[in-house]
Formats: sequence, structure tokens, C-alpha cells
Amino acid sequence: MTQVLTQLEEAVIKGLPDQARELATQTLESDIAPLTTIDEALNPAMQIVGDKYESGEYFIPDLVMAAEAMKGAMAVLEPVLIERQEQREVLGTVVIGTVEGDIHEIGKSLVGTMLSASGFKVHDLGVDVTAGEFVERVKEAGANVVGLSALLTTTMRNQEAVIEALKEAGLRERVVVVVGGAPTSPDWAQTIGADAYAENANEAVGVVRRLLEM
Amino acid sequence: MEQTFQSALGLGSLTHYHFYRKGVKTAMRPRIQFLPRETIERVVSEAYDLLVAPGVRVHSERALRLLAEHGAEVNFETQVARIPAELAHRAVETAPSSFYLYDADGQPAVHYGDDDVQFDPGSAAIEIIDHGAKRSREPVTADFVRFIKLADGLDALDAVATSLVCADVPQEVSDLYRLYLVLLHTRKPVVTGAFAIETWSVMKDLLVAETGSEKALAEKPRAVFDVCPSPPLLWSDITCENLMDCAQYRIPAELVSMPLTGATGPATLLGAVVQHAAECLSGVTIHQLVNPGAPIVWGGSPSAFDMRTGTTPMGAIETIMIDCSYAEVGKYLGMPTHAYLGMSDAKIVDTQCGFESGIGATMAALTGINMISGPGMLDFESCFSLEKLAIDAEIVGMAKRLVKGMVERETPLALEIVRQVGHAGNFLTTEHTRRWFREELFIPSPVVDRDFRRDWEAKGGPDAAERAHRRVEEVIAAYEPKELPAEVERELEAITLRAAQAAGMDQLPSRNS
Repeated sequence: MTQVLTQLEEAVIKGLPDQARELATQTLESDIAPLTTIDEALNPAMQIVGDKYESGEYFIPDLVMAAEAMKGAMAVLEPVLIERQEQREVLGTVVIGTVEGDIHEIGKSLVGTMLSASGFKVHDLGVDVTAGEFVERVKEAGANVVGLSALLTTTMRNQEAVIEALKEAGLRERVVVVVGGAPTSPDWAQTIGADAYAENANEAVGVVRRLLEM
Repeated sequence: MEQTFQSALGLGSLTHYHFYRKGVKTAMRPRIQFLPRETIERVVSEAYDLLVAPGVRVHSERALRLLAEHGAEVNFETQVARIPAELAHRAVETAPSSFYLYDADGQPAVHYGDDDVQFDPGSAAIEIIDHGAKRSREPVTADFVRFIKLADGLDALDAVATSLVCADVPQEVSDLYRLYLVLLHTRKPVVTGAFAIETWSVMKDLLVAETGSEKALAEKPRAVFDVCPSPPLLWSDITCENLMDCAQYRIPAELVSMPLTGATGPATLLGAVVQHAAECLSGVTIHQLVNPGAPIVWGGSPSAFDMRTGTTPMGAIETIMIDCSYAEVGKYLGMPTHAYLGMSDAKIVDTQCGFESGIGATMAALTGINMISGPGMLDFESCFSLEKLAIDAEIVGMAKRLVKGMVERETPLALEIVRQVGHAGNFLTTEHTRRWFREELFIPSPVVDRDFRRDWEAKGGPDAAERAHRRVEEVIAAYEPKELPAEVERELEAITLRAAQAAGMDQLPSRNS
């Protein structure tokens, strides 16, 4: 019984989405509760993957493929969770997107993928997202985390516009706002009144975790 | 499928050709070619002519007799041998076109032959410069042990050289003492050389002590010996005896001919290549007469003499051009090749140090020189820097990646993967990316700065020398001892101590820093 969990953990660490899906199915066939699988195989696997990335052993593609494997396994487990009226412990609900006028996708998607793989519920709004769209989705989803990406010096100002809009809608106190993207920095985050800056997808997970504990 | 490009530097032409070997998919190895075939033929023809007139000076009775016995016209008074072209040509024929150097485990580790490219540290520095220092100093045993540990740990380096001359042992044994320390501390093959006739046989004894027997050493040579003729066209007694001893025991010899343009050789670059060829041909002849088929390398360390300062720059672009050109001559003759390149004449680890070493190593790799000696070396081949060695290891990594060339990994080349990803544009989430990035990319150590500026600042804003210094300390700290059998270690020590005592030193210096 634990062998399949070990194999699943391995599959996620090695970033093998097809295998992860198949092994997740096997856990269900072996009557292992989805929450047990998540706690004992999937979450520890992502922790190990994050450590390997930080230590230099893993590279970005390894990180991404591990997250894809995690998502693959979750896609199998989630319908059963719903059926059983159980819930994976959700660490938070995230609304993420690239701000208005900016169509850079990859960095933002990586952050979304890593947050999702780490136990957050992620609403990825895509690119060129207006402040109004952010506000609306935060309200709708009851989000407590907002991730704003900007890759251009000309669009980074729009991160501030989203924060202003959240204030106007009376939502600012309810959410933590994390910014990222090449031209941004910890100083920039402070200047525009964001809660934090994150350097990369792996760091974003740690940053959001820390902010929510506060 | 052959394309030719004019090189941006106007140095020659860059040719891409396909090669098929070792199961590698079709790869297009970039090459540089300085000399057209007709020019190489003229170089070789003139070199043969030089061997007849004016002939070669040979300060060794043994070599002169051997040459005379085989048809050379020898004047024993002036010690000049006129070597007929047929004799030299026969030597080139009997010299092997390739051979291996072996590691301490008896595995082939360095291949002298074809267009295989390998690197070892430069040799033999009489000075060392510490990190951050402006003044160099004489190296001692502790420095040399640190050097070996570093060279052992840097994967880019295929062999370890006896790169430092330790000032804390008598000069008479400084050559063999280096080999002793290297054999104690690394499993990699060794590039070395003797400073005297007598010490060569002690060095041979050290190698025999490690490999078990003269026969085992001849079958699986652990080391190659540099032998340096003196320009123009002179074989001193030391180098000539070393050369013949190497041949006798079938320990590989590496010819290091070094004309200085306009000083000890012609001012014209091609003229220097002709003189180099003549010196090497005479060396190959003497060597092969002693023992036909013994391994020998077409190498050198020429320099474009600096007409303002009178120095011998190893990082000069003309030095690089001469080296690559003589290597082409060696390849034409079917000889394994070597060059002292990837060096700099800067005094510290600075910008000049980086660009000269980078250009030299890259050109040598594009030429397909089998052993490129130079990493770590500054100041006209006289001063060593551990930090430079760590930086050069990254240059070597890039140069090796360069000559692997562009590879047709898949058929079709991109059609499937681009269609699969489509307009979403994220290749990071495909297995395809993970399948190939490690093979396609040379992944440098943190010596090469690829951080976001913020991260670089967080690390204290280290420059290349500082990053290299951190790497040096890391690699040395991670060194794993060689673990020789106790009796071999005792034997090595006994041989070395005997030689040291004969030179007036009671005991060997401590190897601990």
C-alpha cells in the first residue's frame, strides 16, 4: 500500500506527468484516501523538488515538470475528493495575472503552477488583465492572495493601479499582494504598497506562505 | 552539405562539416582552418630542406651517432646533423597517429589523436599570485598541493600538469618533486617534464612505482613528458637525452618547439611555422630512430616576440595563429597535436587575463588540438593563479561545448514541438525541454555570473576574480584523497627522499599548509 505512494512521490520528483496520473489512479484502486495521498506523497515530493532547485541540482524545466506531474495526479484525485465531500487543505486562494498592457505569460504561469502544486487554489487570469478584472475576480473567488506580474518598465506602473483599485473596492485589507517580473524589485513593491516581491516561482511559494502566517 | 564562411576576424575560413562517430547523431562540428593544403605542403617541404641545410645542431653524442648510422651527414666537431628528407619522412611514418594517456585506475582518459580536444593546466610556473595580491611570490609545497587538489576537482581539465616549481626543495630535484606530489594526489593523467638528464630516470622510477612495472607503464602510460628544442634548430643534451629516454621506455614525449618571431625565428608568422616544423621533424626523427612506434606529440610554445618590450607574449593573436597553423601541419603529417594556449600575459586576474585566455582556448579547440596546455597561467607562462585556473575551467567548458557544434537532435528539427506548443508559447512545460536542455547547454559553475542583478548584489557584488576565489576554496575543500596503496606511497616517498638527500636535503617538506 505504501509502495504506490512512494512511487507516486518519485514520479512527481522526477517530473513524469503520465506516470503520476497512472499512479494516482492506482492509489484510488488501492483504497488510499486522496487526502492521505496528498499529505504523504504529493506535498512531500514538491517540498523535495523545491529544495533540489534551491540547492542547484534542479533547473527550471525540472521544477516545472514536477509541478505538471503534481497537477496530473491532482486531476485524478480531485473528482474523488468532491464526491466524498472532502477538501484538500487549501493554503489560500490566489488570483494571478499579468497586468494591463503586458502580454508576458511564462513567468506568471510558472508562479501559478508552483502555487497550485503547493496547495493553493489558483485563478490564473492570463495576460493584459485590467485592474477592474482583478478586483472582480478577487471578490468572486474570495481570494486572499493577489499576484501581479509585469515585465516592462512601461507596464509595471499598472501593478500600482491594481492595488489602488483594490483599495477603492475595500478589498485591500483582505488580500496580500505579491509582485514580480524583471523590472520589479523589493523596493518597488514597497513603493507601490504591495506586501512583497518574489524573485522566482519557487520563492513565490515561500513568500506567500510566510505572508499568510503573519 | 558543406558551407564556408569568411571568419569575421579575417584569420581564415570557418568550415562546417558533418561527422559521424560514437553513435552521435549528425553533428556539425565548427572548425577553423588557417592554412590551405598547398601552403601546408610548402611548409613541410621547406622544413625538410632545412634539415639538410643548414641541418640541426644536436648536443648529444648518442643522438649524433644514431643519426649518422641511419644516413644523416654528421659533423661531430660542430655537432651538426644534416638529416635527409627520406629519414625524417620514415620517422613520421613510424610515429603513431594516436595513443592514450591513462588514469591511476588504468582507464584510458586522454586521447591524443583525431580532432579530440583536451585541456590541462599550463606549466611550469616559478611564481604564484595569491588572490587579491599585486605582487607574485615563489610557490612552495603547500601551494602545489592546493593546486593539485583544485586541478583534480575541476572536471573541465582532462589532465593535471606539474604546473608549479616549488621553491622549498633544492633546484636539482624540483622537477621530480612535482611529479611525486602529483602522483600522490590525483588519479588524472599527468603532463610533466624533466629539467635534467639524471632526474628523468628518477621520474620514470616514480611512474613505474605507481604502475607496477616498466612494461605496465609502457602499455598504459600515465604521463607525457614535454621536451623542448632550443630555437633555432638546436637539441641541447638535456632535451635530447630526455627525448631518447622517453622513446626507449615508450613513455610519450611532447615536442615543445618555440621559435620567437623576429628573435629566435623568422619574423614572418609562416616562417616561424616552417622553423617549428623543422625542429619537430628532427625531434621525431631522433625519437623514432631510438624506438620506432613510440608515442610522440607535435607540440609547441612559440611566441610572437613583442617588438616594443622584448617580451614573449603567449596571449598575442599572432602567437595563437602560429600555434593553430603548426597544429594543422602536424595533423597533415598524421601526428597527435599539442599547444600552449589559453594563457594570458596579464599580471593579475583581470580583463586582459580573461579575453586572451578565452580567445586562445577557443581557437585551439576550433583547430582540434589534442592537448591544450595553458589554464591558470599568467605573465608569459611564468606565474600561476588558482583563481585563473577556476575561471579558465569555465572557458574550457564553453570551448568544449563549442566544438560539439550544432546537433540535429531530431527529425523533423522543430516541426513537431512547435506545433505541439502552438501559440501558447510555453516550452518550459514540455518534456521536450527537459529532454534536451542538459545536452544542449553547457551549465557553468557560479564563476560565470548569470544572476539577476539583485541576487548578485545580495552576494556582495563579487567580480570574476572574487567568484573564482570562492570556487577555488570550495573545490579544494571538497577534494577526495587519492588513496594509494600504502606500499606504493612509501615507494614514491623513498625514491623522492633519496633524490632529495643526494641534493643535500635531509627530509621532504610537510605537505600540509
